[in-house]
Amino acid sequence: MADPINPADMACPMPLNKHDRVLLAHGGGGTLMRDLIRNVFAKTFARDGYTAEHDAARLTMPKGDLAFTTDSYVISPLFFPGGDIGSLAVHGTVNDLAMAGAKPLYLSAGFILEEGLEMAVLERVVASMRAAADAADVVLVTGDTKVVNRGKGDGLYINTAGIGVVPDGIRVGPERIESGDAILVSGDVGRHGLTILATRNELGFQSDLASDSAPVAVAVKALLDSGVEVHCLRDLTRGGLAAALCELAESSRLHFDVEQERVPVLDTTRALGELLGIDPIHVANEGRFVVMVPERQADKALEVLRAVDVSAGAVRVGTVNDQRQPGTVSLLTPYGVRHQLALLSGEQLPRIC
Amino acid sequence: MKYIDEYRDPATVKALVAELQRVVTRPWTIMEICGGQTHAIVRFGIDELLPDEITLVHGPGCPVCVTPIEIIDRALAIASREDVIFTTFGDMMRVPGTDKDLLMVKANGGDVRMVYSPLDAIKLARENPDKQVVFFAVGFETTAPTTAMLAQQARVLGLKNVSLLTAHVLVPPAIEALLSSPENLVQGFLAAGHVCTVTGFADYERFAVAYGIPIVVTGFEPVDILSGILETVRQLEAGQARVDNRYGRVVQREGNTRAWSVVAEVFEPCDRQWRGLGSIPMSGLAFREQWAEFDAEQRFDVGDIQSQEDPRCQSGLVLQGRLKPTDCPLFGVECTPEHPLGATMVSSEGACAAYWKYRPAAAVRSETVRDG
Repeated sequence: MADPINPADMACPMPLNKHDRVLLAHGGGGTLMRDLIRNVFAKTFARDGYTAEHDAARLTMPKGDLAFTTDSYVISPLFFPGGDIGSLAVHGTVNDLAMAGAKPLYLSAGFILEEGLEMAVLERVVASMRAAADAADVVLVTGDTKVVNRGKGDGLYINTAGIGVVPDGIRVGPERIESGDAILVSGDVGRHGLTILATRNELGFQSDLASDSAPVAVAVKALLDSGVEVHCLRDLTRGGLAAALCELAESSRLHFDVEQERVPVLDTTRALGELLGIDPIHVANEGRFVVMVPERQADKALEVLRAVDVSAGAVRVGTVNDQRQPGTVSLLTPYGVRHQLALLSGEQLPRIC
Repeated sequence: MKYIDEYRDPATVKALVAELQRVVTRPWTIMEICGGQTHAIVRFGIDELLPDEITLVHGPGCPVCVTPIEIIDRALAIASREDVIFTTFGDMMRVPGTDKDLLMVKANGGDVRMVYSPLDAIKLARENPDKQVVFFAVGFETTAPTTAMLAQQARVLGLKNVSLLTAHVLVPPAIEALLSSPENLVQGFLAAGHVCTVTGFADYERFAVAYGIPIVVTGFEPVDILSGILETVRQLEAGQARVDNRYGRVVQREGNTRAWSVVAEVFEPCDRQWRGLGSIPMSGLAFREQWAEFDAEQRFDVGDIQSQEDPRCQSGLVLQGRLKPTDCPLFGVECTPEHPLGATMVSSEGACAAYWKYRPAAAVRSETVRDG
């Protein structure tokens, strides 16, 4: 005899509308994509009347010059001590705006998802982006989603573009660097890149290092508001402090004297760098910048920076001059030998941002 | 950071330099064998701290640099095969063969992976039973034990898809080759601390006597290197020639006999071609017959290889200590880490790479002259 029919089992076979992994159809323009945008992106990013649901957002802009930037994030692993690809994608782009002296206002977010990515991972990253955006006081106003075949991506890539406004009268850039300027660094260097390297399991390291990834606009704003005449700002991303200084020396056609002993590096960072043969001065940071200010305002600038969390470890590392070879940076070692600081060639640490 | 800070202490460094200045009365030429020491010397500017009388010349102690181009080309051919996962240490990736390097093989679809230990090849072999995993073993005595262990492990685990392309070289025969050359100008040697950790330094005692030359086992930190130089100069000034160990916290006279016995089980000495130095008798390591099944050279027939070094590259002279990298007219002009003409520009122990990394000023000057 057949089993008695249980009316509760007689449901219509409804299409699955909740998926725990990303499917190709999530980028196909149909209902799955619409639901993903609504339920994950728009729901998380909505703020101040901006819904992040449309292909283009209409923005209200304060007075001043616009600053505009874009950056793509391909970091592996997606999650690391001190952050994840989502927070990084916000910090990196708002920091680029801050380095132009701008107040960051709006971001777009483009996602390239790999088929099979766990939805929970995506949701975690998106939530982290919102938290990072709130901390940096920016709004995610528009976005885009594409899905690529399994094996053709690496889980998740993010592109963010950002718009900010440079207040009237603010002009920062390498062309404003002058001989005699003090060179300040906002905190210890080399931590982000070495954290990522230590986190990758192929090295089998365990360390208590955490990335310095953070939005620095608040420190920049404090500096600009304090009346310090900021000549130049540069974030210390790929290539680290060394690359930033070399590029600025070259653009300004001046010489930078840096004292090696003054460059702040945490002991753990230094130890890991020694082990791997990597000098932290060449390693990427995601919450550090260098700033050039007139000598007479150096102490005041340090005081202002140190009062802000993200730049509490600010120190002076050197001085700009026009006596030595223009366009280069020299490093004075603790033994009294002066060396030219060089850009490293190629990729020291791939996929760190 | 105790073991770093202690051996980099500026006050100790200054005191050693002052003592050297006090002791030295005549010009002396001293060679540091190891590329790791070359990098430390250039990085910390130790050569610039020394009294004018002392000239440091850089030795052939960069295994990657002395690997003949024929072996590099063979590696590239094996790495290009579809059935192969090719593993090696990071600094082999950019070493130029006749017309490409491993990074280019990788970009063209070859499965080339950078590993941090030869034993990583075991893991890959187990995870990829349908692939042949090849480890490209380049190094001195220091890394030979782990290379030998890879073969031993593969045998214990019965892995049939692991093999090694070996280009290991031995330091003492190279020292003897340099000393017996009629063109030799070197009056004292800093022996490579890490090599001696494995091999000990009893071998060197014979050279010190036969060639009347001080040989001082030396470490890699500024204080180590200056102590090694100071001991060498003291002996030279006193007309003495003996082996002295200034890396006693790591090195013992007998070395690590257990590690070396692993090497001796798997490998035997053989004649080897060194780039820049020519063929040196009994200066390489070849698989013993009973281990030949792990020899990638025998496992993969890659046919005839026509190798050609870039004729402009003068790394042979650099490796003999007869040309300073920055005195090479191509340094930083036609030869850079992006476009290397020879391995000395890209190996982490290469002398040209050390100068490029820490003293690029020479290259900037050449460019200025060229532009002007």
